[in-house]
Amino acid sequence: MKFIKNIFDKNKPLFEKGGKFEKFMPFFESFETLFFVPNEVTSSKGVQIRDAVDLKRMMMTVIIAMIPCLIFGIWNVGYQHGLATGEVMSFGQQIWTGLIVVLPIIIVSYASGLTVEFIFGIKKGHALNEGFLVSGMLIPLVVPPTIPLWQVALATIFAVLIGKEVFGGTGMNILNVALTARAFLYFAYPSEISGEVWTYLGDKTPIDGYTGGTSLAIANEASVAGENVIGALANSNTVISSEFFSFSNLFFGFIPGSIGETSALMALLGAILLIATGVGSWKIIVSVFGGAYFTALLFQAIGVNEYMLMPAHYHLVIGGLAFGAVFMATDPVTATQTEKGKWIYGILIGVLTIIIRVFNPAYPEGIMLAILLMNVFAPLIDFYVVKANKQRRLQRATV
Amino acid sequence: MSHTIKLKKGFDINLAGKADKKIATCDQPETFALKPTDFLGIERPKLMVEVGDTVKAGTPLLYCKMMEEVKYCAPVSGEIVEIKRGEKRKLLEIRILADKEIVYEKFKNYSVSDLVKIDKNEVIDLLLQSGVWPNIIQRPYGIVANPEETPKSIFISTFDTHPLAPDYDFTLSGEEHNFQAGIDILRKLTNGKIHLGLNGNGEVSSVFSHTKNVELHSISGKHPAGNVGVHIHHIDPISKGDLVWTVDPYGVVQIGKLFLEGKYDASKTIALAGSEVSTPEYYKTYTGACVNKMVERNVKGRNVRFVSGNVLTGEKIKSDGYLGFYHHQLTVIPEGDHSEFMGWILPTTKKLSFHKAFGLLSYLNGKNKEYIIDTNTKGERRTFVQTGVFEQVTPMDILPTYLVKAIMAEDYDEMEALGIYEMIEEDIALCEFVDVSKHELQKILREGLDLLKNS
Repeated sequence: MKFIKNIFDKNKPLFEKGGKFEKFMPFFESFETLFFVPNEVTSSKGVQIRDAVDLKRMMMTVIIAMIPCLIFGIWNVGYQHGLATGEVMSFGQQIWTGLIVVLPIIIVSYASGLTVEFIFGIKKGHALNEGFLVSGMLIPLVVPPTIPLWQVALATIFAVLIGKEVFGGTGMNILNVALTARAFLYFAYPSEISGEVWTYLGDKTPIDGYTGGTSLAIANEASVAGENVIGALANSNTVISSEFFSFSNLFFGFIPGSIGETSALMALLGAILLIATGVGSWKIIVSVFGGAYFTALLFQAIGVNEYMLMPAHYHLVIGGLAFGAVFMATDPVTATQTEKGKWIYGILIGVLTIIIRVFNPAYPEGIMLAILLMNVFAPLIDFYVVKANKQRRLQRATV
Repeated sequence: MSHTIKLKKGFDINLAGKADKKIATCDQPETFALKPTDFLGIERPKLMVEVGDTVKAGTPLLYCKMMEEVKYCAPVSGEIVEIKRGEKRKLLEIRILADKEIVYEKFKNYSVSDLVKIDKNEVIDLLLQSGVWPNIIQRPYGIVANPEETPKSIFISTFDTHPLAPDYDFTLSGEEHNFQAGIDILRKLTNGKIHLGLNGNGEVSSVFSHTKNVELHSISGKHPAGNVGVHIHHIDPISKGDLVWTVDPYGVVQIGKLFLEGKYDASKTIALAGSEVSTPEYYKTYTGACVNKMVERNVKGRNVRFVSGNVLTGEKIKSDGYLGFYHHQLTVIPEGDHSEFMGWILPTTKKLSFHKAFGLLSYLNGKNKEYIIDTNTKGERRTFVQTGVFEQVTPMDILPTYLVKAIMAEDYDEMEALGIYEMIEEDIALCEFVDVSKHELQKILREGLDLLKNS
């Protein structure tokens, strides 16, 4: 500890005003504060003591909540690889294969995003904002394992620049940064993010009869063709197992998909941590699930197309709904900021997700677009909640 | 019969070093000071004395050119020894070397039965020239009240829920008749009611519970349940154009004493508290006391901070500094100017937090655990990210996040609409404490209030 402190203290003058690397002070500060909480004290007037919380710890909590999804995702990449190629793999081999695929994506995501953050930090003279630590981990979890690394870099840079920095940086952005990256890929490189991209094959060929589509794509295709959705899921990949897309496999996440979002269970583990620590809004998480479930129930009762007839609880486990509800919708900057607004915001995300899934043949995944859309509407919802507060004050005055 | 208000929101900061309910024996300090900066209303102070003048307790020392009737008087008798000025000759302190035996300016005194008969103008005149008037605070803005105005009601909170706050039941015991006399005088200043907020969390002493001619309200809950601003919000809220006055219980007693005894008696019992005090106890002294005698040989650590007032709204002073006019406590806490290795992530139960983010485990301790908290900011300034936290510690129908943003944007209409008139520093102090992004919310709020006041 003392040793590290000495290194920082020794080099600090280089970065201070008048020093050789004066301009890089934000860079230096970001690293120093990663090791040591600064020796700053409260001002002479105002609060003399402060709560032990800070933004670093808050953001770290979110990252810790993502660890189950990450570890499961790494393993699942290897596991799916084994299933698709018919290769018999040990647990260790599955993890190893997953690491080889996922680690580079994580490194590229952090490296490209942090570079942009540091450039802006140095330009504006402020230390690195911790927000990107979360975004940088979210991006690898929502892309397919076969994504080209240069696309990860491009999408991350686009998201940080256009999604965040042009609005003024962390805390000012309108759209969720990780979802902006995902949407960028989705619209800029549609062929690399749909179809048979969800399973990492490496240089091997898949076994006969294997289809690499996600549950969402299969459901979508079946519905368009007028077939029973559950039946279509059950008939997929029977060459591997007749249970391949069973409800429990969907729930546990033993299916192809984006790296970190296949398992509803792991997302729920994250949700438990976020809710227990109060870092993620339980109102948003609950209302997204609730909104989606009841919309699906309602659609089931109406039942115009085959997709609508799919049992409502399936909607909660296919695609990225669980992951999105827990980690994307709860982003405090882009969500609604009033407590009542959080309910409305969450419910509408759930409702929209199901609507997009069921009625829109072009975009099989609804949660991404639903959250981005509600990000845009969040200020409007808050506007009306705040207006009601103002109204109560005005009415009181006239009495 | 009292009305009951139960507050659910809030947060108690349970600090180590509570003052024992004993009066310590200690020599009176040699010097006392009046600090014009304590009074938010004073913008252009005008001195009425010079170095070398002798004054009595109650002799006017200065007034403000904006409101010349209000006199700010010497708390003790003695000789003016120093007039301390800061940058741009800003008046900071008027120091008085106190006499061994306090000599008082003589004012007219009344019997209890006479109190009913005095008319309003006579009351105001006496309050103004004797130096007790600055006890009366006007909301909105939290400034010294303007004697030409009439408030719609007057609020008195008889308990203080700030960390380590003095217990008024103890410091004012035996002052029942003065308190009642003060109430009877204040009644002449408003056409509305006088609202007395009683502590709903425990036993209320007879000093307050038997008060007549007031509306009694029992208010329970965590801090800020004792804040008068919270009482106003729930009982008779301030809308645009409304005026409410507030007085703390000590001020009421002082007003009562003035009329019954004919003197400006600035003696007060203060609490010396905090984790760095060897024997935290109460002290009998006078307004504006120099703290050196009290803290001499009574402080544990070397690197400590002396705070006039409480740790949420107080002000840092030196070890030979002076207590603020409105302060009834001196808090001594450790200075936090050290860096902590990995302090931002290591799990801990020792650091108090309202939050439960990863590793912040203080909520497991239960509410009786006492904390030692230093002055470290425990993190760096960031933009607003987390939401919904301020609302959890503000037991009012106010959205502090939106209010603060409106102030930062200097949006006058929005500030008004969001209820800035209902708040002063102490009402937002807890938000400042729990803020993840470490903003100075009290300072921001005051900037907003100043904008509106001067508009």
